[in-house]
Amino acid sequence: MLTYTIHRFLLALVTIWAISVLSFAIIQLPPGDYVTAYIAQLASSGVDVTPEFAENLRQQYGLDSPIWVQYMKWMQQIARGNFGRSLEWQVPVMTIIGDRLWLTMTVSVSAVVFTWALALPIGIYSAVRQYSIADYIFTFIGFIGLAVPSFLLALILMYVGFRYFGANIGGLFSPEYLVADWSLAKVWDLIKHLPLPAIILGTAGTAQLIRIMRANLLDELRKPYVITARAKGMSEFRLILKYPVRAALNPFVSTLGYLFPFIISGSIIVALVLSLPTIGPLLLKALVAQDMFLAGTIVLFLGIMTVLGTFISDILLMWIDPRIRFERRE
Amino acid sequence: MTNSPILTVDNLKTYFFTDEGAVRAVDGASFEVHAGKTVGIVGESGCGKSVTALSILRIVQRPGRIVEGAIRLRRADASGKRGEVDLASLDPEGAEIRAIRGGEIALVFQEPMTSFSPHYTIGNQIVETIQLHQAVGKAEARSRTIELLRMVGIPRPERRIDEYPFELSGGLRQRVMIAMALSCNPKILIADEPTTALDVTTQAQILDLLRDIQARTQMSVIIITHDMGVIAEMADDVIVMYLGRVVESGPVDEIFHAPKHPYTQALLRSIPSIFAEPRSKLPTIAGSIPHPHNRPSGCPFHPRCAEAMPGLCERHAPQLLPLSPSQKASCFLYHEPEEVAPA
Repeated sequence: MLTYTIHRFLLALVTIWAISVLSFAIIQLPPGDYVTAYIAQLASSGVDVTPEFAENLRQQYGLDSPIWVQYMKWMQQIARGNFGRSLEWQVPVMTIIGDRLWLTMTVSVSAVVFTWALALPIGIYSAVRQYSIADYIFTFIGFIGLAVPSFLLALILMYVGFRYFGANIGGLFSPEYLVADWSLAKVWDLIKHLPLPAIILGTAGTAQLIRIMRANLLDELRKPYVITARAKGMSEFRLILKYPVRAALNPFVSTLGYLFPFIISGSIIVALVLSLPTIGPLLLKALVAQDMFLAGTIVLFLGIMTVLGTFISDILLMWIDPRIRFERRE
Repeated sequence: MTNSPILTVDNLKTYFFTDEGAVRAVDGASFEVHAGKTVGIVGESGCGKSVTALSILRIVQRPGRIVEGAIRLRRADASGKRGEVDLASLDPEGAEIRAIRGGEIALVFQEPMTSFSPHYTIGNQIVETIQLHQAVGKAEARSRTIELLRMVGIPRPERRIDEYPFELSGGLRQRVMIAMALSCNPKILIADEPTTALDVTTQAQILDLLRDIQARTQMSVIIITHDMGVIAEMADDVIVMYLGRVVESGPVDEIFHAPKHPYTQALLRSIPSIFAEPRSKLPTIAGSIPHPHNRPSGCPFHPRCAEAMPGLCERHAPQLLPLSPSQKASCFLYHEPEEVAPA
């Protein structure tokens, strides 16, 4: 098991390196560079730009050297913990991302917790009481949850919250805490603001997971080992949780890896609607402005999160399913 | 046949209610199981053998359910008083039937490959059974499990106990299955095709093991099989089932040497024999089992029966009636139909 873990870890490092190359390449793909965009912006505001000025800018930002040199420079800086300066904001990238990264993680984790907390019990119930009235109701709600775009759900919930509860539901903080330093009161304020984005971001995933759990569990419930357990005289509740549910958990754990990046990239529109200070809208802006250090860093972080998530879910899978553990041993 | 039976199945009917109609998987089966004896239930696939076993334990899965009949188990109640409980009338998820399942009546399945959960060690799954039925600690349950594994002939049980089912061969797994079934000293062991999935040498070993354990523990065994050889080797009494009904029952010697029902006779004829003339064709039973939704009227066997009497067998359903003090058959060759009961 240890050798396997080490093996996976090394593979993860290689993957992360590949991701860094790819994210760099992706940033370089669109024609033009930051200076082009910057000059266009200056020109549109009526400033005359000479070619020499543009050339100076390119030199200043190192945009005139070959691509692989630019990549090496970027990696060198990253190795020292310096992710470069945002070309658009003129501050270090980490200053911009810093808080947003943690807030994004907080929102994502709450969305995942919400998804699991709701999807697991409902999925189990729907499978065990297949074709019951409650199963049909959950199925119906589930399909609606899948079909409604989350930004629409966000708009509706905001409207309802504002119109009927007078709540200020945009953002993650009340106005008075927006620029305040971190304190217990600010954390509590954050916690109070979390449920809404968590519900909105988690709804589609919940509906999907309910369907997956129901289908998996229905398969498992028909297996002979369930009858064996029943023939032992176990109570139905304990039996179902111990045997078929555990077997049905595998797909949940194996999808854990790409749940986080999916929630981040899938949440851009919702984050814009709810004005959440998360990574999603920032990435969008950085891409539009061709702010390459900022965009590159975000894409790199997303990639690393995916790889780490997959690594963790591999380890978890090995832990919950002995068959995987033994296959890997050989 | 002097003492009263430990288990009496009386006119058991278990139907499966599907969209196409009710499938009568077990349709009025009656038989008795005596203490310390082995009852063999034999019949083709789909004749209701397994559903009978599941019905006794009340673990028939939806849409199946017991619609009629009684399953009377003789047992001592909590105060030690002897009495009878009708399993068919218990709540299938209630505490009483759960105490009987695994505790007084245990089940061994056909599929040793899939009958264990791959997620837990065999030790975990046996210890759990012991702790469900007996108030013992984990360490005590574990040492008992090792003893059980040793008893069923598992080499080095103190190491095997921590292995997962997929690490064991089919024969060993079936031994573990038997150990688990025996873990709470059941009075009745139901073995549903216990050797079908095993190779021939292993089959013989498992049957020997079952017989050996029965001799030591004096438990009753219900062995379900389609293999007349297994019946001949194991059973004291035989029940022949066809389409959910018992067509003949009696002691093993009478069934093999003086079968009465045409179906039993046909089953016995279709056993390959080393004394048969070389290159001769093995006799088979004409036709195939009817589709469950298309049950023949009258005697269910009449379309395949060589001795069917036109005008009688397709109109009236025969009853399982005694031919001698020990043997019963359900056939109009031996009984007149009741005029009032056209089927």
